[in-house]
Amino acid sequence: MKPNEKLNVRNLLKDLENYRPRRKGWVWRDKGPIDIGPFRYVQVSPPLKNYVPLPSARHLNGIDPQPDATITSEIASGRFEDDVRRMRMAAYHGADHIMVIRTAGQSHMDGLLEGTPQGVGGVPITRKQVRAQRKALDMIEDEVGRPINYHSYVSGVAGPEIAVMFAEEGVNGAHQDPQYNVLYRNINMLRSYVDAAESKKIMAYGGMAQIDGAHNANATARDAWKVMPELLVQHAINSRMSEKVGIKPDLICLSTVPPAAPPSPDLKLNLPYALALREFFSAYKMRAQMNTKYMDSSTREATVTHVLNLLISRLTSADIQSTITPDEGRNVPWHVYNIEALDTAKQAMVGMDDLMSMLDLKQDGYLMKTKKEIQERAVLMLEEIIEMGGYFKAVEAGMFVDSGKYPERSGDGIAREINGGIGANTVIKRNKKYMAPVTAHYGYNNMAQFGKEYEENPSSLIGESTFENPDLIQYIDELDEQDNVNVRMDENEVYRSTSLLKPEVQWLGDGVVTVDLFFPTDPLTAEAAAIEAGKQMNLSAVEVIHKEVLHPAEGTRVQLKGTVNFDIDMDKLVLPKKADVLPDDEILEYVKKHGIKVVAGTGGSDEHSVGMREILDIKHGGVEKYGIKYTYLGTSVPIEKFIDAAIETHSTCIMISLIISHDDIHYKNMQKLHEYAIEKGVRDKLILIAGGTQVTPEIALKYGMDQGFSRGTHGKEVASFIVKKHREIHEN
Amino acid sequence: MKARNDDYNQRRKHLEKYSNQKLKAYFFELTDRLIDPLLNIAYDYTSPAIERSVLMRMGFSSLESKAITDRLFDHDLLEYGAGHVVYALSKKESKTIREAGLMLLDGPYLDQMVEVFKHEAK
Repeated sequence: MKPNEKLNVRNLLKDLENYRPRRKGWVWRDKGPIDIGPFRYVQVSPPLKNYVPLPSARHLNGIDPQPDATITSEIASGRFEDDVRRMRMAAYHGADHIMVIRTAGQSHMDGLLEGTPQGVGGVPITRKQVRAQRKALDMIEDEVGRPINYHSYVSGVAGPEIAVMFAEEGVNGAHQDPQYNVLYRNINMLRSYVDAAESKKIMAYGGMAQIDGAHNANATARDAWKVMPELLVQHAINSRMSEKVGIKPDLICLSTVPPAAPPSPDLKLNLPYALALREFFSAYKMRAQMNTKYMDSSTREATVTHVLNLLISRLTSADIQSTITPDEGRNVPWHVYNIEALDTAKQAMVGMDDLMSMLDLKQDGYLMKTKKEIQERAVLMLEEIIEMGGYFKAVEAGMFVDSGKYPERSGDGIAREINGGIGANTVIKRNKKYMAPVTAHYGYNNMAQFGKEYEENPSSLIGESTFENPDLIQYIDELDEQDNVNVRMDENEVYRSTSLLKPEVQWLGDGVVTVDLFFPTDPLTAEAAAIEAGKQMNLSAVEVIHKEVLHPAEGTRVQLKGTVNFDIDMDKLVLPKKADVLPDDEILEYVKKHGIKVVAGTGGSDEHSVGMREILDIKHGGVEKYGIKYTYLGTSVPIEKFIDAAIETHSTCIMISLIISHDDIHYKNMQKLHEYAIEKGVRDKLILIAGGTQVTPEIALKYGMDQGFSRGTHGKEVASFIVKKHREIHEN
Repeated sequence: MKARNDDYNQRRKHLEKYSNQKLKAYFFELTDRLIDPLLNIAYDYTSPAIERSVLMRMGFSSLESKAITDRLFDHDLLEYGAGHVVYALSKKESKTIREAGLMLLDGPYLDQMVEVFKHEAK
């Protein structure tokens, strides 16, 4: 793919039945100290081939340092054909871990889904969608020059089958934690643990990184910061189980969230916890998730919380840094907020590069004392669970997700029955003749009944399994004639293959826009006024998505979304000519070599000076920045004086500002300048430039100038022109 | 659980002298005591989802795996392993694995396999 070409989704869908993943397993970033631009970075990974840097990088030659941690982007539009475009945008902003959220309710579906049906809050995870997305990521990772990990969920009542499909399709990471099934999805606990062992065994075979589900306790508990001792217990149960089943410790990732968020004293609560966790679980990896528990509709507030979370990551450690979109508190994430979240992580992590080489955490006092207290509380919780008769008994008693800080109990924990929940009474004791002739199968497997030689490699009994021979995989394309990607793409094809364009937040052609308003009134009135404003703007489906009181009586800010009902024809747009600029270094070098000097001022009877100062002064990024020396003549300068001053100062260029335009005086002054230069015999050596709000290049050239610049011009464009023109004069 | 106040200070008395290292080791010792019984259950039991995942690895589609597993579940054959039943039928009838699996969805073969396995079990 070329950076200036769109990802062709229809091509992506071609020949999927023959697609094979190019690799299996998780890939960590290369990391280590690197010199980038004028700086030496310590906690970074190699730069990308193609990327979009942070906005301020334009002052630093566009450098884009990539942090050392793998950076996640969670993608959840519900249409995979739109998700793949978002993945590409995310990769350009630094994501190398694409986490695809599943459609609501998939964890209760007893079996795999197939095809490309539309989802809610995520896509239905099917072989076709996984394959198409992995294939898209192959192209995207070639484009950015860094491996990208693809990730989804191995949970629910179909965990083992999903794990098999993921291993076959080269999915690189997955959430897997039976506690999630039990506590939050009310799936029978026996079934969940029996299935989990098989799923983990398959994930270990596929080299997938595993992320646990402990962060859900934080998001569910009434007072999230009180659940910290239990979080250590939950992480321990899943991590140790995974390790014993065979997942390598460096692929066991703890999903850890700083539990508290402002206005609570964030760091005072979160830092001791982060240390307690990292000390106990030093054998495993940290997936630093961001706080969602205290997220509201303000994207600014969410961003600040997330930056504090990133500070915790830099004060301790993060192997995978998650990014939660700042709009998650108000809608299913939109494209632009995925990118904002990624930039927030990149900006903060690079900004805090090598922080701990300058700081020490105090070893005595509150921090370490609190850290140990959290650890002790977790140990005490484990002791009591064992006393109660083990894990299942403790879950039945409602030990988990209680809002009390253990050992305090509030009696509001989530309790599940051993014979209750979805999939209850479906586990079956294996007969002594039980046999499964496949690779990566957990538990009792009597291969010896067919011969000792099959014990090492059970699938050899049937020749091979899909894990050894992907040609055995049965690929299903579509099952639903109406609910599939082809139908959806036909519906919005005009926005793919014609010159029509529509604003978009998540789906091609969705037409959704946001409007940010302030009304000098109370919140209730402001909200009603905003909806009315949206209607008068001809938006449909108008909805308030955020409201903030500036003062109860003086004013309220309202953000609304609505849908526009028009298309824009790109062929009918008149595009402004792109500024033709030279690289900074080239201008600087040329100016230095030739000692370029300029005479500048506002011509005729005209007292305007602001525009000219912006083009001249270093402070505004004017030509002075490039080493061009100028003589400023002031305002209302007689035209002749420009030429005389240029001769006197040995300047090669005149910059005349002409703002007043009544009676076409600006044309007349251009002509006058041109003619006077001829009269003085210097026209062929001088570069004459006119600028002003009513000046266009066409007019300027017509009246004898070498170039004209209008409103919105930057010093760099003028400096580039001077260099190019100077070069032309000298070469001739 | 019954509500109770925070009795951390009483409860922790036996941990008072634990170093950081010893506390960590004890934490994982307790964890293992908690999860080993869970892993033992997983070792001894199977489930329809596990059996479907076995059939998928043997080359059946998700839909086929589900249909075969459902029938074996209804006929109390999953305890032997879905893959085992398919394998046994393929040997008995000299069919490929895929042919044998799909034969279980139709005709007399499922009942034959019930006979074979229940007879063997005796």
